Amino acid sequence: MQFDDSAPVLEIKDLNLSYFTRAGEIPAVIDFSLTVNKGESIGLVGESGCGKSTVAMAIMQYMGSNGAIRSGSIKFKGVEMNEMSPEQLRNLRGSEISMIYQEPFASLNPSLLLGSQLKEVLTTHEGISDQEAHERAVQLLEDVKLPDPERVMGAYPHQISGGQQQRVVIAMALLSQPSLLLLDEPTTALDVTVEAGITKLIADISKKYGTSQIYISHNLGLILEVCDRVFVMYSGEVVEEGTINSLFTWPKHPYTHGLFGCIPLPTADKNAAPLQPIRGQLPLPHERPNGCNFGPRCDHFQEGRCDRGIIGMDYVSGASGSDHRVRCLRWNEIDYGAEVAHGEAKPPMEFGDEVLAVENMQKYYEVHDRSLAAMIKGRSVRYVKANESLNFSAREGETVAIVGESGCGKSTFAKVLMGLETATDGEIMHAGEPIGEVDVHHRSTEQIRGLQMVFQNPFDTLNPSHTVGGQIARVIRKFGVESDPDKIRERVMRLLDIVKLPRDFFYRRPRQLSGGQKQRVGIARAFAGNPSMVIADEPVSALDVSVAAAVTELLMEIQREHKTTLLFISHDLSVVRYLSDRIVVMYLGQIMERGSTDEIFAPPYHPYTEALLSAVPIADPEVTKREIVLEGNLPSVLNPPAGCPFSTRCPRKIGAICDDERPPVHQTNTGHAIACHIPLEELREIEPVINVPSLDERLHVQNPEVVAD
Amino acid sequence: MAIAESSTEIPQPPLAIVRWLRSIALLRESWVGMLGGGIVALFVLMAIFAPWIAPFDPNQPILPFAFPGDAAPDGGTFVLGTDHQGRDLLSRIMWGGQRVLFYATAATVCAYTVGIFMGLLAGYYRGWADELISFVANVILSFPVMVLYVLIIAKLGASGANIIFAVVFASSPGIMRIVRGLTLDIATRDYVIAAQTRGESTMFICLIEILPNARGPLIVDFCLRMGYTTITIGALGFLGLGLPPPDPDWGGMISDTRAFITGGFPHMAIIPAIAVSLLVLGFNMLADGMREVASRD
Amino acid sequence: MLKVIGTRLGVMVLIMLTVSVLLFVMNEGNPRLVARSVLGPYAQPEQLDAWVEKNGYDKPMAVRYITWVGRIFAGDLGDSIIYKQPVNNIFWKRLGNTGILAGITFGIMVVISLTLGVLAGMKEGSARDRFISFISIFTTSIPEYASAVILSGIFVFWLAWLPGTSAMTGGFNAVELVLPVMVLTLYGFGYVARMTRASMAEVMTSNYIRTAVLKGLPYWRVIMKHALRNALIAPFTVIMLQFNWLLSGVVVTEFAFGYKGFGALLLEAALRRDIFVIEACGIVAVFVAVGTQTIGDLAYTYLNPRIRFS
Repeated sequence: MQFDDSAPVLEIKDLNLSYFTRAGEIPAVIDFSLTVNKGESIGLVGESGCGKSTVAMAIMQYMGSNGAIRSGSIKFKGVEMNEMSPEQLRNLRGSEISMIYQEPFASLNPSLLLGSQLKEVLTTHEGISDQEAHERAVQLLEDVKLPDPERVMGAYPHQISGGQQQRVVIAMALLSQPSLLLLDEPTTALDVTVEAGITKLIADISKKYGTSQIYISHNLGLILEVCDRVFVMYSGEVVEEGTINSLFTWPKHPYTHGLFGCIPLPTADKNAAPLQPIRGQLPLPHERPNGCNFGPRCDHFQEGRCDRGIIGMDYVSGASGSDHRVRCLRWNEIDYGAEVAHGEAKPPMEFGDEVLAVENMQKYYEVHDRSLAAMIKGRSVRYVKANESLNFSAREGETVAIVGESGCGKSTFAKVLMGLETATDGEIMHAGEPIGEVDVHHRSTEQIRGLQMVFQNPFDTLNPSHTVGGQIARVIRKFGVESDPDKIRERVMRLLDIVKLPRDFFYRRPRQLSGGQKQRVGIARAFAGNPSMVIADEPVSALDVSVAAAVTELLMEIQREHKTTLLFISHDLSVVRYLSDRIVVMYLGQIMERGSTDEIFAPPYHPYTEALLSAVPIADPEVTKREIVLEGNLPSVLNPPAGCPFSTRCPRKIGAICDDERPPVHQTNTGHAIACHIPLEELREIEPVINVPSLDERLHVQNPEVVAD
Repeated sequence: MAIAESSTEIPQPPLAIVRWLRSIALLRESWVGMLGGGIVALFVLMAIFAPWIAPFDPNQPILPFAFPGDAAPDGGTFVLGTDHQGRDLLSRIMWGGQRVLFYATAATVCAYTVGIFMGLLAGYYRGWADELISFVANVILSFPVMVLYVLIIAKLGASGANIIFAVVFASSPGIMRIVRGLTLDIATRDYVIAAQTRGESTMFICLIEILPNARGPLIVDFCLRMGYTTITIGALGFLGLGLPPPDPDWGGMISDTRAFITGGFPHMAIIPAIAVSLLVLGFNMLADGMREVASRD
Repeated sequence: MLKVIGTRLGVMVLIMLTVSVLLFVMNEGNPRLVARSVLGPYAQPEQLDAWVEKNGYDKPMAVRYITWVGRIFAGDLGDSIIYKQPVNNIFWKRLGNTGILAGITFGIMVVISLTLGVLAGMKEGSARDRFISFISIFTTSIPEYASAVILSGIFVFWLAWLPGTSAMTGGFNAVELVLPVMVLTLYGFGYVARMTRASMAEVMTSNYIRTAVLKGLPYWRVIMKHALRNALIAPFTVIMLQFNWLLSGVVVTEFAFGYKGFGALLLEAALRRDIFVIEACGIVAVFVAVGTQTIGDLAYTYLNPRIRFS
């Protein structure tokens, strides 16, 4: 194979991909063109089912038994890949084109040593000796900043953490210095602070080796941080492409524009500037409309025009550059500036009495170590301190967010609140009654219905064996809200209205519902008994951006109407900033910082909050962030540090005191509390992490295209 | 008012029986399942209608050592021949099928009742209840099955009730393990947690929230187990521990006539052997088809 | 790792103890029934009482159980009622015969089922896969007693290639083993083959196999190095469980062919209430079954690094 080094690294033209199912051929990707130049980093962004991963698999020529490339060409350095023999493809894979996957653990062979999995890339492609391959692998493990590479070489995948596994996968992909790197949601399965480290690593590495990248993600903020150009996909098509600056500042396609309206950017505010969800839902591949796929959901849809024929990509003329293209007939007719006041501003909520008070709550789990060694040492029972001295309160109508990464104890806390576990010590008062040590079987119906929950995983939240109506009706009957069957039915119907689902969903089964619709039913179920407080455990984290926005807005609307207290558990600071009134930041079972939303997002920060703020990607090119990348892994809950739990990773650690002593809690008179050894005065002097320009400083307000035309 | 209006417009869903038939119709997408279902259905019909369609009295000696197709003395044909005592094989196969299907179904249903109960108990409560139940199951399962059957039947004596008891004893631990595993998994689902947080009773959670979602694998296993129980009943008959004579029992028929294979009359033993194998094949193919259809969506 | 072995062996001992109690209570729970079995149906009640007293069967059950266990550990299995001689004299020879039959079957079965399972699972849904899957369903549907008569019809009656019984009256004769081995293999291999297929098919769709393919490794290397190692972990336990099934099949097969093995002995003893033989057979059968299962479990732990190094 003769590669032409002067040709683009990858050139895809008019690619059409299909899957073949029992229902027939389903086009997965339509009319896709893309050019990747040397050293360039391309972002492919879109919601689930838009076809972005299918593109990656087509580039790898690995479509599975039911997928096929129907037409078009994929050229790698000038050579047509669709015509390569299996042997030629094999030589290309892993040496010229490498891939990094979403789930690092699943991508590594569980029963082979990491060293062997790394070395075989080199011994296969370059035919070098085992010894040489070993040295090169160790070298790369150092480059991806893995501590103790020799140990990693001799370890099995399950013996290292998720972040480390992804570093190994990255090292594996880079071993033979490929020209093109495909990254399929490489950080989605990781915690925020770990994600930030990996993202930075990928950016550094591509700079160092000059590798071209195609970065697939659902997260616009992440794409902004790592890519030069971006392609936005919707329902199998690219709807818009352009440089990061041009596309993020002047999105032209109504879908792209709509996406930005769904993301809780720092400029959004639940009262003054609420999110603007895109209505409707993604069409199924075999139910795509004529003309524009986005037509049925578009506010600028014109009958007789947008629903006809095939709509091609059109160059956006004007100041933003000639490589900005959009698949919309009306892109230059729409004036987004004229409809800024679309989302209605609402007055802020008034908070009532205290509904929840948590005082010094502790939850320890016993872990029995049955090994002989532990029995001899007399330490057969150890404690996992899932929650340690939690203190906070919530008032009627207030939204309090608990933020933290995995293992921070937020889910344990929810279990104690719901009565699935009981507190080890301390007290929880709900509506004036102690509930911390009362499990659900000993709570009164009144107590139970006053405290309900919305769950995270839409696929798990409803029982697949029962109808939607039946499941909501059960709650109403159980809580004694109504007992007459007709009245129960009536109430279920009203609840369906409230969560904006059609009434005929009463007889549907969960598998006939989309993820967002299931979450709506989950919300209806939680509110069925008129609870005074609802715990929402990451209710939108598994949903696509546009769906998440709609569900978030719905949740807040119902909350506002019922004056419900909302306890919002999340790992995502941008959502939390958008919807909560007060925030509790947790790390390894302890509260690091708590205060009003404004207090949390402005100095003084706890160093952990500071790092979290820096780690969250923001899809706004004009927002600037101070970069803080945490070293090391989250410590195990089984073996937390003795002093401050954050001491092992803290960039502002002041000395041995952090390792050995519990930090004091600095408390201001407004209720802002920070647990840190650093004096409050010093913390106050830290610069803000995020810098949001004011509206009149912003580029997009000036809208150059309109001027240019 | 608007509410009352719109609620009347909602189309009623199909009746449960219709939905059920529809899900059975899914099986047509697997030819293995269809064929298996067909075979089983054939045997079931044959068993039900044996009293009317069997050409001869199954226990009445007529003409010994007749080959398939031979004419009977007073009219009619021995379609499958007769055995060494002169009893019509086709009639014996039909009546034997009735017995085998009856006992296999009764035994398997009983084993399922016990197994599901124990499995839910172990899987939902975990802790010592699980440890105890699982240990008992391990003890029973540590016997080679046929050894266990021989020991039980030899001790209790051969009768229909004892065969059912032995099957329940020997196979409910296996069912218990499957149910336990499914329960352990399903009990961690959010909808079960939702039920717990609204204070539902354990009974409600196990029977309404968990069990219906375990039905897929259980139905497949039920078919397999029906096949296996058929084999067992036949084996007991073959070993002389089966249902008491003279009523026909496939295993017993094979055992009684196998001495005549080398004497030139192999059909007498081979025909019941094929009958057992065919019925078991039907159950196994049905199970396979259902598994295939279930794994598709 | 040591802890795992210790726990597993502990469980094994516990199961053996429970099984021995069960067997003992079932067979010797009622002293007069024991006497009846030994002395025959025509013994007078006084004779039964005298026997019970003479042989220490008037002691409490717990005491008798402990003495019984002690005797077994000392290698004394009691006397056979049918054969009128120590169980030891007949039992071990019969067990050896079964060992030969089961061992040969096991070897053939493992090779066939693993090969077929891997071949089928490599390409799920292919014609090869469907063919192998159907064959294995088909053969597992033919119970031993059915295949015994069908194969006898073919090979003994029509073709007259093989002897119809395997009593080995004229000394060891390998030809007489052919039919029993065929019968056991035919019924047994399908199950392991299907398990192997399922395991292999699952591995082939896993992400790490995709990683290996997209690393540009040659296909045979992906199969041999990445797939097989993971795919064979699960079938390994199933294979060891197969001993349990083999012992089951052996009872029927030995009876069908008149093979003088352990299964036939057990059946004969059970039918004629030869209690000491029943006890010996029961204990040994469970010991073999639990023993192989324990080995299977331990090997699984060893083969699976996720458990080995946790």
